[in-house]
Amino acid sequence: MSGEDAALRVPASAAETNGTALLEVEHLRVLFPIKQGLLIDRTIGHVHAVDDVSFVLHEGETLGIVGESGCGKTTLIRALVRLTHATAGAIRFRGADITAASQKQLRPVRREMQMVFQDPQASLNPRKRISQILGSPLRLRGVPRAQTEGRARDLLTRVGMYGEHLNRFPHEFSGGQRQRIGIARALAVDPKLILLDEPVSALDVSIQAQVINLLEELQGEFQLSYIFVAHDLSVVRHVSDRIIVMYLGKLMEVSPARELYEKPIHPYTTALLASIPIPDPKENRKRDRPLVGGEPPNPVNPPSGCRFHPRCPRATAICREVEPPLTEYAGGHLAACHHPQNVSAEEIAASRRSAASPLAAGEETPAADPA
Amino acid sequence: MASLRDEAAFDTGITAEILDDTVELPPGVGPYRLAWRRLRRNRVALAFGLIFLLIVVLCLLAPIYSQDIAHISPDYGNPTGTVKVGGKTEDILNAVGIPVGPTWNFTHYFLGADEEGRDVAVRLLYGGRNSLEIGLVATLITMALAIIAGTLAGYLRGITDGIISRVLDIIWAYPAVLLGIVLGTVIEIRGLGPFHSTTLLSTALVVGFVYVPYVAKPIRAQVLALREREFIDAARQLGLSPLRIMTFEILPNLASTIIVFIPLVLANAILNEAALTFLGAGVQPPNASWGTMISDGISTIPEAFHNVLVPGIMLVLTVLSINVFGDGLRDALDPRARIRIGKE
Repeated sequence: MSGEDAALRVPASAAETNGTALLEVEHLRVLFPIKQGLLIDRTIGHVHAVDDVSFVLHEGETLGIVGESGCGKTTLIRALVRLTHATAGAIRFRGADITAASQKQLRPVRREMQMVFQDPQASLNPRKRISQILGSPLRLRGVPRAQTEGRARDLLTRVGMYGEHLNRFPHEFSGGQRQRIGIARALAVDPKLILLDEPVSALDVSIQAQVINLLEELQGEFQLSYIFVAHDLSVVRHVSDRIIVMYLGKLMEVSPARELYEKPIHPYTTALLASIPIPDPKENRKRDRPLVGGEPPNPVNPPSGCRFHPRCPRATAICREVEPPLTEYAGGHLAACHHPQNVSAEEIAASRRSAASPLAAGEETPAADPA
Repeated sequence: MASLRDEAAFDTGITAEILDDTVELPPGVGPYRLAWRRLRRNRVALAFGLIFLLIVVLCLLAPIYSQDIAHISPDYGNPTGTVKVGGKTEDILNAVGIPVGPTWNFTHYFLGADEEGRDVAVRLLYGGRNSLEIGLVATLITMALAIIAGTLAGYLRGITDGIISRVLDIIWAYPAVLLGIVLGTVIEIRGLGPFHSTTLLSTALVVGFVYVPYVAKPIRAQVLALREREFIDAARQLGLSPLRIMTFEILPNLASTIIVFIPLVLANAILNEAALTFLGAGVQPPNASWGTMISDGISTIPEAFHNVLVPGIMLVLTVLSINVFGDGLRDALDPRARIRIGKE
């Protein structure tokens, strides 16, 4: 097991080699049973929300997770904070397995790992004043009652709001302000890792920029690690060190942020990048866009072999039969594809099967592809 | 940083120059303050609320009226006495036992006598006190049980929900009055621990119990919806215990539902108490209540209609005022109502 651990922690760049692993995820699966029956529920199938996902997050790193709606991004990070029960696999925080930890055992972990939610309106209790919303994490952390108000005031000021806002209710704020409050609540326990579940997708573009800048400032100030989930590729590119591309519960590509945009290996990533609109309509029309048609398949009955093959322009017979392993290319760039793009024959020859590959994946790494 | 300030300024409607760290912002306007503002504009609801308050105060003053004005106790019958009506002297009970009608004289048999020669006005106030007391205690019992059952079932779901919901279904399957008669009669005959037929509390217990499902079910439904909201997830991932989440995160969000249900349950409890008592399964003589007064007066309906009419009118007035006020309260607390701030 330890040998495999070492293989999982692949040094990708100089920065990452120095960082120690903060969060390790191994072969994580989250399946939701579909039940039917009048009196006794029978499980007639499963929704494969997250299906055998492995990755490592290093200290101080920002890991972006992108993918279409319904690809399992949110389920993945909900499973990481144990809001959703993981069906199989392991989650390790600072080396300690928290996959099956009790609520009591989780308490110290929860102090270091916080989550910011997608909908800033729904994530704040409408019946509580901001002082109460920020007060309960502060008291959980052991701040004496007499000091909580002062600390809450500091937190609010830190996220760009006024101390006087403490006495207000969530409905009195705008979306951007509410998200700042959500971030302040996450910061209240002095965490090391913040999981951001589409933190800006409910906000106006101008406010998005403010919130993202705030997140970056906070990262420097408190040495935070982020897992940043989004479906907006340009936002993710701006904030991430590394990016994970997910499709139907599987990892398609894991890559250093810049390289993903310059040299996407997986056809799905290429299609995602092609869907980023360019503000100039002329430029936009000029683009040769390999758009992917159709909808993602039903996650109850995911396609055989490669999950992407029904929509993939490069799919061949092997894609239907064998699930591609995550193959590691130079620079810590991983992709799960039998027909990789943008890699030379030498790079393919130098590639190897990553230990992060799904358990059911084939052994064969791609051969040099004439296409 | 300036841009952030602008955002804050935009929302509060105060220009950026005024906003300054030294300026104290007024405290936020909470949901209850907003509800009170809406309720204050609803004159009809307030008027009926006032009527209800008046009835309560009058009933609380029953001992004072009985001792200092009417000089007669509620249980004292004077079948052989006489009373002055408009200058003429009349028997309280005439030769065939028909009681005298209202004298409209505050000091003596203001609303006439009942068939045992007791002062109807005094009994009306004492009976009202008992009816309101039973209604209030029954409402407290209903709300307490319903909130606990509904919140547990809705939040914990699974087997807990299954058990609680089936028990509620069983209670619900019987009509409230029918179940009340059964329970009331059983307690009357056998007693239930400390509860005997003679205590008003046993009636309150019965009435309170039969209404639990009517409140617990909607609360359960609301908790089921609330627990899926993100702020509950936020509380869970902070590591708060289920008990803390139920009491400090969910309960405040149930408050407006609870407040709306209280007048509804109160009105129904008072009516149900009267119905049970009328049928002999509620308050037992010699205790007075509006129900016993109607029940006692029924034998003399043709000749002394006031015996039934007076407690009946009080009952209707009380329930009506509670309901109209409750309606106003619901409108004020309804989150879907348009929120208007600042305008009076």
